Amino acid sequence: MEFQPEDWTALAISLKVAVVAVIFSLPVGIAVSWLLARKEFPGKTLLNGLVHLPLILPPVVTGYLLLIAFGRKGFLGAFLDNAFGLVFSFRWTGAALAAAVMGFPLMVRAIRLSIEAVDQRLEDAAATLGASRLSIFFTVTLPLALPGIVTGAILAFAKAIGEFGATITFVSAIPGETETLASAIYAYTQVPGGDAGAARLTLLAILISFAALIASEALARRTAKRIGSAA
Amino acid sequence: MLDVAVSHRQGNFKLHAAFTIESGLTALIGPSGSGKTTLANIVAGLVRPDEGEIKFGATSWLDTGKGLWVPPHKRNIGYVFQEGRLFPQMTVRQNLTYARRFKKVPANEKRDADLIDLLGIRHLLDRRPDKLSGGEKSRVAIGRALFSAPDLLIMDEPLSALDPARKAEIFPHLEYIRDETGIPVLYVSHLMEEVARLATNVIAIENGKIIASGNPAEVLGSQATLPATIPAGSFLQARIEEIFADEGLMKANSAAGTLYLRMADAEVGDTVRVHIPATEITLTRQVPEQISALNRLSGRVETIRSEGGETEIIINCGGERILSRITSRSAEAMALQPGVEIFLLFKAVAIGRQGLFHRHG
Repeated sequence: MEFQPEDWTALAISLKVAVVAVIFSLPVGIAVSWLLARKEFPGKTLLNGLVHLPLILPPVVTGYLLLIAFGRKGFLGAFLDNAFGLVFSFRWTGAALAAAVMGFPLMVRAIRLSIEAVDQRLEDAAATLGASRLSIFFTVTLPLALPGIVTGAILAFAKAIGEFGATITFVSAIPGETETLASAIYAYTQVPGGDAGAARLTLLAILISFAALIASEALARRTAKRIGSAA
Repeated sequence: MLDVAVSHRQGNFKLHAAFTIESGLTALIGPSGSGKTTLANIVAGLVRPDEGEIKFGATSWLDTGKGLWVPPHKRNIGYVFQEGRLFPQMTVRQNLTYARRFKKVPANEKRDADLIDLLGIRHLLDRRPDKLSGGEKSRVAIGRALFSAPDLLIMDEPLSALDPARKAEIFPHLEYIRDETGIPVLYVSHLMEEVARLATNVIAIENGKIIASGNPAEVLGSQATLPATIPAGSFLQARIEEIFADEGLMKANSAAGTLYLRMADAEVGDTVRVHIPATEITLTRQVPEQISALNRLSGRVETIRSEGGETEIIINCGGERILSRITSRSAEAMALQPGVEIFLLFKAVAIGRQGLFHRHG
């Protein structure tokens, strides 16, 4: 079996899409998780529902909604294009957006749970020692929620690597631009004699998944050790 | 120094309290569920009361009438919690210096080093809290609060998680704070032992209301002013005269007479505070001989007060007034009257050092 240049291209796009999706959604995910875990406000149920929507909707529907909103003619897409020159439709950035949206509920679930598990009495103790709300968040809450944040990021990364439905609906599968591992495998299966290609990419996908799994285990162990087993 | 007048409702529980604390260590005592921790949290700013005012010196921390509320991080307090609440992700050193990230505490390396040595935590500086024993955690928690150079120190049953040996290890540090740092302390407790040993002032609280406040002898000297769960007792000052190390006893002189005390961390010449729980005293009208109780004082009955089946008797022993509580049946059988001469028998009692650091007492 010999890997073809297109295989590496698809792999590179998948990795790029997943990494960018996680990097940009993580701060938002942490903020939303904190809101859901620690605050009571009108519309909390709505926000919670909105966050979880991509988990329940058929991915094709999510992709189609993204197309409507972020397409060149979409209300958000047109605005972002005009204001920042940021284009999502049929670009790898669109694939990253789709991956971020699809992974968001998984990320928020993990992070929210870990923030809820942080002992609020420690936050009180920090307040008596002079820390403001914001300082408490960065010096106590965030470090103690780190294992959950790592888990959330890895879940979102895995989801981004595997995401197919929303991506192909929103940005199609343009080789060299938006064709990820998953859509490339699908493309191979649609042509006669594509089995070898599909097998090669499947092997790559399995390797990446394993690597991510092992990395997450090691990372989780290290952060758990760092914050002390008492936490 | 600290003036508090607040009311607060939490579910069915109503707290309505007004008090003032001055320098020294003010013990806030009461049974569990009486609202003492809530009150401490209100002073700290961790609980925002429905109504009231809190003033520390000239600074207002709370004035619900004016809509004023100073958040906890701007009150410059130190709070030693019941469970320590050390940050698990930080080393002991990072815990100690945590407040310095936010407060401007004038650098004084000598003072910091002295405090670390005093608390005996130098060898722990690079450890994390999960590698500390209960007593060590307590000492670090005290250190962390003191490192923030607070204007007011709040301690919520800081010894409750510790066994007697570890408690004994912490007591001197609390006495040091009271006598040497000049920081006023609000000390929440439900244990007589701690209050008797440490308090310069006592506030007793029950069901969200303050039922008594004043100096320890006054408040702790009568069951009428104490929560039912806290036994009344008397205080004597005594000077250590002799130490019998092999017997584990110390001989001390007080105005009431000679006392034999269980060995404690004190030296000949120290003035100690002796606490005698009212129910620990046996009374007799005959001259007692060959009895096991080591302490034997004599005095005259001053007042007698009966309530239910219990009788409180105040006995004047050489000018010191000692409270005893016996059953009314015994009181009648002994035909006790004011002016009657009587002997008091009790076992060697727990002591608290007083004035060992030569400031108070």
